[in-house]
Amino acid sequence: MSDHSGAAPHGSPETTGAVDESRRSFLTFATAATGAIGAAFGAVPFIASWSPSERARALGAPIEVDVTKIDPGQMVTLTWRKQAIYVVHRTPEMVAKLAGHDGDLKDPGSASSEQPDYAKNAARAAKDQFLVVIGNCTHLGCLPKTRFEPNQPELGTDWPGGFFCPCHGSKFDMAGRVFNGSPASVNLRIPPYSFSNDSTLVIGKDDVAQGAA
Amino acid sequence: MAGDHDKLPARPGFMGWLNKRLPVDAFLKDHLTDYYAPKNFNFWYFFGSLALLVLVMQLLTGIFLTMHYKVGEMTAFDSVEYIMREVPYGWLLRYLHSTGASAFFIVVYLHMFRAFLYGSYKQPRELLWLFGMVIYLALMAEAFMGYVLPWGNMSFWGAQVIVNLFGTIPVVGPGLVEWIRGDYGIADATLNRFFSLHVVAVPLVLLLLVTLHLVALHEVGSNNPDGVEIKGKKGANGKPLDGIPFHPYYTLKDIVGVGVFLMLFCVVVFFVPTFGGIFLEHANFDMANPMSTPDHIAPVWYFTPFYAILRAVPDQQLGALAMALSLVCLVLVPWLDRSPVKSTRYRGWIWKTALALFVISFIGLGYIGLKAPSPLFTLMGRVFSVMYFAFFVLMPWYTKIDPVKPVPERVTYEKH
Repeated sequence: MSDHSGAAPHGSPETTGAVDESRRSFLTFATAATGAIGAAFGAVPFIASWSPSERARALGAPIEVDVTKIDPGQMVTLTWRKQAIYVVHRTPEMVAKLAGHDGDLKDPGSASSEQPDYAKNAARAAKDQFLVVIGNCTHLGCLPKTRFEPNQPELGTDWPGGFFCPCHGSKFDMAGRVFNGSPASVNLRIPPYSFSNDSTLVIGKDDVAQGAA
Repeated sequence: MAGDHDKLPARPGFMGWLNKRLPVDAFLKDHLTDYYAPKNFNFWYFFGSLALLVLVMQLLTGIFLTMHYKVGEMTAFDSVEYIMREVPYGWLLRYLHSTGASAFFIVVYLHMFRAFLYGSYKQPRELLWLFGMVIYLALMAEAFMGYVLPWGNMSFWGAQVIVNLFGTIPVVGPGLVEWIRGDYGIADATLNRFFSLHVVAVPLVLLLLVTLHLVALHEVGSNNPDGVEIKGKKGANGKPLDGIPFHPYYTLKDIVGVGVFLMLFCVVVFFVPTFGGIFLEHANFDMANPMSTPDHIAPVWYFTPFYAILRAVPDQQLGALAMALSLVCLVLVPWLDRSPVKSTRYRGWIWKTALALFVISFIGLGYIGLKAPSPLFTLMGRVFSVMYFAFFVLMPWYTKIDPVKPVPERVTYEKH
């Protein structure tokens, strides 16, 4: 800032021919700011091009499963939106056992876990006998292995049955709830799903009338 | 550096014509024949030029691999098998490239250890260290994306684990992961963008950073095993008394290093290219399968120290944070080290002990990161992680109280 800035009647830069530093710095700033805004808008298409394409979105449509073909105690693995979906037909004993180990779980009530409201209950399911979870471990996305048989030596004599992730050792129960001591912090995620009739499970479509997000 | 070009004698003929239009002679003089480096360089000073050699080798083999590789989730794995079995010498190009990746990290880790040994990151070389650290981070990104390209099952699940690390960032994490993948899972879109970044973007960035690293080095001059600034003692000719021209003295020395390096390198390329599953993991000889996680997932050896830190923390967000901080610590070293002395030669027992424990913890973490999780390894991983962080966090304190020895005026040097 020079002494001549402002409304000086005498010796103002315009009459003396001296350099008006404040005018120059204002113009420099204004030009740079305009350029920066232009560059920010120019970056939008490049950044947006990394989002899932229309084709990828279309391939993410809901899928249907006939659950009558899954025997009690068995699990099928499906693919929806590039994720493995585990559908387990739990036996009544498996469901009954869920209540026995709340003290060993990080989030027994699924308070900080991700699931639709209709699966935020003791069995984490819309129908107690069918567990529908996204198979990818909530730690870093590996696929936990099925360890449904209780009392497995490497998992401890009090192992109630569930899932074991081979990557980093996270353990989950038969409702996908994570055990204490696991690197995963939250329970396995549950996708939106609904039953269009007694035998057909629709994954990716909510229980309510609206479509999946 | 530049500016004294007029002192060069004018040359006749083509070189004279060229020098008037492009400062060829002046450049060679400034950076080779008249660039003075300390005369007491030792074994640890091979690895900078070796890193440059490996970079050139990776660019050359990478260009030729790109001529045969077909990006895409249906074609990538098959095209790598095609390179291995049907392209003439394709196996050699690929093993040079895959072994080159591991060699790059071996050389870079030794190069970084040299900086710790002789305080090469200390004033006035802080910016040189920062450029080096950014090169190291870019190299990690380059190596990670390169490992995804063969689309083996470890490529797929490694990408899954590493990309999901970004999902642990609060609020923006899940959206960020989807944006990086370009799909709801690791998919064709992910492979394609990693190919573009691996082959075009990151190599360009690396070349720029290496140039900046070298320009910064030639501005401040090399450190040396005594940690004495040779610019402080100049002879009548204005040249450092303890310096010798880089060419021919160090170009010749480095050529010997190149020879020994290439011998060891070729033994690996020709006889143990997978290095027992450490340089190329066995699970990667199966094609990517989103429905089947390999029984044991471990990154390639050069990432395992940081991976072990991630696993040592029993909380996913804190684990990812600890992993990020373990790299930030390295970046901050020039400002954490408060010792008045650069070289370990003149530092006290406290620094020497700390440095030894740091090396043990880094190698220990690297070993544990390769192994499947078990209670013993988890405990060891925690102990080594604490040692790793203690080296940096306590550094401002123990480097101050460390009993240092007097540093000589001139470099120590025995004539051979």
